[in-house]
Amino acid sequence: MHIPDGFIDIKTSAAFSAAAAIAVGGAVKGARNQLSEQSAPLAGLTAVFIFAVQMLNFPVAAGTSGHLLGAALAMVLVGPYAATLALSVVLIIQAFLFADGGLTALGLNIFNMGVVGVWASFGIFFILKKLLPKTKSSIVVASFIAALLSVPAAAAGFVLQYAIGANATFSVSTVLSAMIGTHVFIGIGEAIITALTVSAVLASRSDLVFGWDNQNTKLEIRS
Amino acid sequence: MKISNRKFFAGAILISALLAGGVSNYASSSPDGLEKVAEDIGFIESAKDHALSDSALADYGVSGVENERLSVGLAGLIGVAATALFSFGLFMLIRKKPAVKNR
Repeated sequence: MHIPDGFIDIKTSAAFSAAAAIAVGGAVKGARNQLSEQSAPLAGLTAVFIFAVQMLNFPVAAGTSGHLLGAALAMVLVGPYAATLALSVVLIIQAFLFADGGLTALGLNIFNMGVVGVWASFGIFFILKKLLPKTKSSIVVASFIAALLSVPAAAAGFVLQYAIGANATFSVSTVLSAMIGTHVFIGIGEAIITALTVSAVLASRSDLVFGWDNQNTKLEIRS
Repeated sequence: MKISNRKFFAGAILISALLAGGVSNYASSSPDGLEKVAEDIGFIESAKDHALSDSALADYGVSGVENERLSVGLAGLIGVAATALFSFGLFMLIRKKPAVKNR
């Protein structure tokens, strides 16, 4: 769902770039407190894996494909702050090296995938974690559902941007229903890839998983 | 089954390289969700060409490499390496530093 240049006007793109910049700044601060000697390399690894898997478009319906967004996956593995940064790294590399996602649209894309996708999945994941029994399977189920919903959430971010500053004049409600309808299907692929990856890491190195570790050790506030 | 740090990291990098360098050739080339919606509704017309659309790696291919499979695979590997450099650099810079010993 990388937005190209031209869909959204420059004024709106600039406003969302500012919002994205504030969120990324906050994420740097938050990640500084959360990343340890152990988890910092995992955050780097997560960005690399997301870049690779984002290249793998899977078919969802006639003539449509989707690919992993990775927001929920990164959030579960390394926490929301580092996830926002990992997604931003991937989007910057894609825009500047591979001409994927417009340069003026970079802020829009970071906002939708790196901020909305990550924090929506964070909220959903932690509500589910509270409700479900404290087992590894619950973490996989919560990851699945958080990933599933993170994709339409990020798509809704685009619809908001379209509503505020589209250069085209098609009705917002048409765009809303098409975007959400399509991205719920892509969300299923997202959910499967996320759940499989989270289970693989839980099986091999559960100590590295933010979403799992967090429930055994109380969150400390460090200054 | 807990595996060592070294195995975990080497394994994950290897998997990423295989996916981006090899499996990427089998990815669907249909438009993605946003692109399809934009085509169906019609606002695809408002898209502008990417400012860097003529760059060496534009659209996940290495310009000048004739073989499609090689071109995509190489672009994927370059992307994995570039993402690794950028992200490991960034996260190592901002992580909590280990307690500083007196110099």
